[in-house]
Amino acid sequence: MNNTALKDEILLQVEKPARYIGNEINAVMKDRDKVAVRFAMCFPDVYEIGMSHLGIQILYDMFNRREDVWCERVYSPWMDLDKIMRQENIPLFALESQDPVKDFDFLGITIQYEMCYTNILQILDLSKIPLLSLDRTEEHPIVIGGGPCTYNPEPIADFFDIFYIGEGETAYYNLIDLYQSVKNTGGSRRDFLLEAANMPGMYVPQFYKTEYHENGTIKSFLPIADGVPETVRKEIVMNVTDTYYPEKPVVPFIKVTQDRVVLEIQRGCIRGCRFCQAGQIYRPVRERDVETLKEYAVKMLKNTGHEEISLSSLSSSDYSSLQELVNFLMEECARKKVNISLPSLRIDAFSLDVMSKVQDVKKSSLTFAPEAGSQRLRDVINKGLTEEVILQGAHDAFIGGWNRVKLYFMLGLPTETEEDIRGIALLCNDIAKLYYETIPKEERKGKIQIVASTSFFIPKPFTPFQWSPMNTKEEFIDKAYMTRSAIMEQLNQKSIKYNWHEADVSMLEGLLARGDRRLSEVLLKVYQKGCMFDAWGEMFKNDIWMETLEECGIDLSFYTTRQRTLDEILPWDFIDCGVTKSFLIREWEKAKNAIVSPNCRTQCQGCGATVFEGGVCYEN
Amino acid sequence: MKIRIKFSKTGVMKFIGHLDIMRYFQKAIRRAEIDVTYTGGYSPHQVMSFAAPLGVGLESQGEYFDLEINSMKNCEDLKVKLNNAMSDGIEILSVKVLPEDAGNAMASVAAAKYMVSFRNGYEPSGDWETSFKMFLEQECIMVEKETKKSKKEFNLKPFLFSWEIKEHHVILTVDASSSGNIKPSLIFQAFCLQQNIILSDFALQVTRLETYTAKLDEGNQILIPLDEIGYTA
Repeated sequence: MNNTALKDEILLQVEKPARYIGNEINAVMKDRDKVAVRFAMCFPDVYEIGMSHLGIQILYDMFNRREDVWCERVYSPWMDLDKIMRQENIPLFALESQDPVKDFDFLGITIQYEMCYTNILQILDLSKIPLLSLDRTEEHPIVIGGGPCTYNPEPIADFFDIFYIGEGETAYYNLIDLYQSVKNTGGSRRDFLLEAANMPGMYVPQFYKTEYHENGTIKSFLPIADGVPETVRKEIVMNVTDTYYPEKPVVPFIKVTQDRVVLEIQRGCIRGCRFCQAGQIYRPVRERDVETLKEYAVKMLKNTGHEEISLSSLSSSDYSSLQELVNFLMEECARKKVNISLPSLRIDAFSLDVMSKVQDVKKSSLTFAPEAGSQRLRDVINKGLTEEVILQGAHDAFIGGWNRVKLYFMLGLPTETEEDIRGIALLCNDIAKLYYETIPKEERKGKIQIVASTSFFIPKPFTPFQWSPMNTKEEFIDKAYMTRSAIMEQLNQKSIKYNWHEADVSMLEGLLARGDRRLSEVLLKVYQKGCMFDAWGEMFKNDIWMETLEECGIDLSFYTTRQRTLDEILPWDFIDCGVTKSFLIREWEKAKNAIVSPNCRTQCQGCGATVFEGGVCYEN
Repeated sequence: MKIRIKFSKTGVMKFIGHLDIMRYFQKAIRRAEIDVTYTGGYSPHQVMSFAAPLGVGLESQGEYFDLEINSMKNCEDLKVKLNNAMSDGIEILSVKVLPEDAGNAMASVAAAKYMVSFRNGYEPSGDWETSFKMFLEQECIMVEKETKKSKKEFNLKPFLFSWEIKEHHVILTVDASSSGNIKPSLIFQAFCLQQNIILSDFALQVTRLETYTAKLDEGNQILIPLDEIGYTA
């Protein structure tokens, strides 16, 4: 067992000391003197969130398969420890060895959501690594970012040495080899970064420069170092079966958000919802072989002792061997007394049958994500869920004994009208009505309970809506009130509970999602003024953000509510994610005319992902 | 069949709280593929009962829990399997089969033995051991115990079963039953109060050495370790 980086006195003062001690089951221990490269893999949020992330577990397993590499984990110290570490000048450490992160060769940070950007600065700062890439020297780790937010890395470009665009399974070994060869031949940090910038998927921001027009839009974005490519193509693993996957995921001592075995059944989504970034950037859909998944399920349950297993994908119902896999898991799990959780399943006869077998109908609820209240608007966003399908699913579920329904919607979608918003209330009411019509009074086990939740639509890069204006905060709040009063007018309003998302934080997410390099200064300043854990409602300080935007001369509306023209150079245009701009433009035009596009399996829409030569594009 | 498992908890594992230790063992039992008994229903769980929750920060050489199992090869085999599924800092010390009439672990607890010392740098100045000896030898040791609602003063002496002081360590055997559970820190707080010593929150290092149940022996009540009730199969 290692000595902890923190003294007992500190560990006893902080909430949940188990966040900081390592030593978990399946954590990988190596001899620090016998490895050549040390990689600190970080999720810039608290332990319970970070430990629930599958991607890190995959990469952790991948790196540690190499004898010459030791990959360890790092998470954001919670506010209580953060304060103590600053007061006592304790450098941030990795969990396994408890050694300071600043002594590592690499610090890899996965960037899953925009509101963690200030926590990236917290990690660098506590590690005593200069916040700006250009201030780092030979003695500092290479700071590399990955994950969905790197599809527009510009707002955080100044803080990273490299962004790895795409899936980690393909290029990291080569990057490590390159690092060792540059180091062994006496090369400098810059030598390494220059060579890395020429590897597929690697974006080294310091070798690029942005120039702006007077109106604030981008004039040019070009390499400023010799031999550095103009565009960066995303990396993607085409054979998702025969690749890295953790047979022995780390098992936390404390309860984390995802406290279960997670089986990733496929990557990508065939649906093409126009608001969804994941649906575009992870194209093409690639399925894992069902036999391999069965083996993984058995091994992972055995190696972790978890009491629950969950399937992970963007749309599990589209996995072609779903029935076979679920039937296998039901049998296996019944024997081992393991629970099955099945998120992102379409409500149909099969899923209702499965759900009635694996969960307590009385305690569980049905989930629908119509996203928009009217059929017209659902056509605009290409959400292929019709009212008929929702009502049929609800009808069957009511007969099966369910009486709790959750519905998810977005407000502020392009072309939205008052009628679309009222449609949310009408749909909720129709579902309630259907319950009372379907189930005779004497058979009802309590009232129907409907929970409708709305979030605010935020346009994201690499979606057909990337040019769309976002609503203002005032519009968002008005729309939430409109939704609420429309629900209050319904006959069954007492059965409908309505929740809505905070508007302030949505505006900032919108700013960062489509922001450019000029936002680095804002991030630095808000961090220096104490902003951190912005994704945690109670920690979010909107006033500081607003005040700092003003100080930096940044106009929020330029980034959020402005209509972008199709010929504008967007900050993320240098990234090639396979999906072409002409496809996105076609989809944007179709959206404005409420024309739906069939899914990838029904009819290829020519999005451009065929360049990867595999997956759903080549199924037939 | 019901078995009683004794384990130690040392090193960084002292930072894992009681509820998390329960979850830890549930997962460890699955990893070890013990033929454990589950309850029915949609979320089956293992039938498990812990003797005495140990506070965060305390180490132990004598923790216990009871487990309902369907079958096993023998006690030693189950012990080896479980030890193979442990993380550093928790070791299974013994596995015993309980007789049919044995009470559950928690209800059986009568006393616990602790070893307490001051952490490096937190020792009171002077010969605190002699003063402590005198403190414990008092007829009556009045302490203040804070409950959720109020503070009340009571005499601790009847709950202190035995003690010794050696090499800067105090070894205390105190009541640990549900009616009179005494934390060793309570005794140190009372001592420091009497001596006008400021006791820092982190000054004490506490190890539970053993957990006992009471047994009648020729009319006298004696304390025996919880696993002496069971037998090796």
